[in-house]
Amino acid sequence: MTRFITSSFSHLILLIGILIMVVPVWMIFASSTHTSSMINMNGLQMFLGDSFYENYLRVLLYQGGFFKEITALKMFFNSFIMATGVAILSVVTSLMAAYALVYYRIKHATLLFWIIFITILVPLELRIFPTYSVMAELNLVNSYFGLIVPISASAIATLFFRQFYKTVPDELLESAKLDGANTWRFFVDFLIPLSKTMIVAMLIFMFVFGYNQYLWPLLVTTSEQYWTVVMGLKMMSGSIVHRFAFVIMSMVPPILIIIVLQKHFIKGVFQDK
Amino acid sequence: MSFLDLKNVTKIYPNGTKAVHETSLSINEGEFMVFVGPSGCGKSTLLRMVAGLEDITEGDINLDGKLMNEVDPSERDVAMVFQNYALYPHMNVYNNLAYGLKNRGIDKETIEQKVNDAAKLLQISDYLQRKPSMLSGGQRQRVAMGRAIVRNPKIFLFDEPLSNLDAKLRIQMRLEIKKLQQKVGVTSIFVTHDQVEAMTLADRLAVINNGIIEQLGTPIEIYDNPKSLFVAGFIGSPQMNFLDGNLKNKTLSAEGFEIKDINSDFEGEVTLGIRPEHLSQSENGLISLRVELVEQLGSDNLVYGQLKNKKDFCYRCPGNQTIEKGSNLSLNIDNNKYYIFDKSTGKRVN
Repeated sequence: MTRFITSSFSHLILLIGILIMVVPVWMIFASSTHTSSMINMNGLQMFLGDSFYENYLRVLLYQGGFFKEITALKMFFNSFIMATGVAILSVVTSLMAAYALVYYRIKHATLLFWIIFITILVPLELRIFPTYSVMAELNLVNSYFGLIVPISASAIATLFFRQFYKTVPDELLESAKLDGANTWRFFVDFLIPLSKTMIVAMLIFMFVFGYNQYLWPLLVTTSEQYWTVVMGLKMMSGSIVHRFAFVIMSMVPPILIIIVLQKHFIKGVFQDK
Repeated sequence: MSFLDLKNVTKIYPNGTKAVHETSLSINEGEFMVFVGPSGCGKSTLLRMVAGLEDITEGDINLDGKLMNEVDPSERDVAMVFQNYALYPHMNVYNNLAYGLKNRGIDKETIEQKVNDAAKLLQISDYLQRKPSMLSGGQRQRVAMGRAIVRNPKIFLFDEPLSNLDAKLRIQMRLEIKKLQQKVGVTSIFVTHDQVEAMTLADRLAVINNGIIEQLGTPIEIYDNPKSLFVAGFIGSPQMNFLDGNLKNKTLSAEGFEIKDINSDFEGEVTLGIRPEHLSQSENGLISLRVELVEQLGSDNLVYGQLKNKKDFCYRCPGNQTIEKGSNLSLNIDNNKYYIFDKSTGKRVN
């Protein structure tokens, strides 16, 4: 009986937590399906209205921005390119950096690693002007390349891959060597498949990181053509329901990515161990 | 020139540790050579130098007439079975076997043929699609050997491959390895710290201590005729009994008894070695043993006790003899089967 009470109590606390997190999002979603006059008169809504298609379609296709050149659809496209680019590029560079640090006989590899690691303490915001001037010199302002490259070296991902490689037994490398694998083959045939789970986790992590960038895209894009969703949230003009609809839509891609890839993630964790 | 030739091979690690001292050794084609010694004696280092996994500090290694010193492990055409098998965890058994062949650019049909042949030989055909994590210890061991066999290498290297198995399986796999080696006929080097494994597997064995080969020979040669105190103590189970003594004028005086007419001109402090199985009971024997413990193995009894001077001593007798705890046995050494070693250098003197 006491067990029932304590477990109901903890469930109750969890439910309250969930409500606190979910209700505001729900209210925004519910409100975004009404007409703007309804919201202006009656405030936020708890129940769905009947303007869903009308509002969301308008937001997706509306020519926004100062020069009316950008639609939400294009912003999603830009964000997708940027987030995917950041995810793939940072995973690739981290994998290779960790491989070099662990398996090549580099002098002071540990010191080098900590120097890489220290960059965690130097967020983009701190180095944003030098980074910008480098990008400007390279003529990469207003390009996807300029959006992606400066944030696609991840010390955290390097740390994770390095720690993982260190747990791979030496015999595996030796055995592979005797089986005729060179350094490249060992990387491709062994380390990459073995760290598949971690690669997926890092892809999710870096995708969301890239998607959530605000300050950097704001600075490096002057052309509306390169606006991303997160900076578009601020730039978006229009009525309140359309902004709500845009907020809701902006949450969909990261959630979708996590839902889709988490399956692989969990599968990997349970199968390979 | 023999098949594998080690000439004055020395290994000094960067931190200054000398793991192998100027070791020279020749192994003939098809021979099963065992390196045996306590842990840290350099036997694995020697094996890994043959494989190319450790650099050679000094000396030469020749395999099949070719100098191997600077040859990459992948080019040496050697196969190795590791202690923990080092199977590729993300590949199924088939790919574990096939991987080395794929890297050598062999065509698909030939690979399939070779893998299936090796699998049949090792009785792992049923597991080809399984991952290593789904196999038992013995099956993994077979896969590891299959991976070596399938490449048909010049030499097999075994680095304590049986030490992760339970006792029963170890004996079974030991037999299988020996049979397999005889069937395939590949030159093999097997590293172990287990002297029973060494004795049963080896055509010849090298007893290694502190980076030096103390003695090289067939198992029986080494058992019958150990050249040093270390070899005498290491080979044979239960261990040889050692007693302090003094040798003068061909007479050995040890703990309360004397042996005359010893075939040695050495004079001074010595250690007398007697194997537990080279003793028998007789009236007025040289050695008087007070029995403390009897281990009945069925075929044999191992009798542990103390001599008059409280020194531990072991005697092995046939299992049909009844020996009471607390009784006193009078023992004689069989047929001059004793070994005398210089106490300071450990060298055999008789």
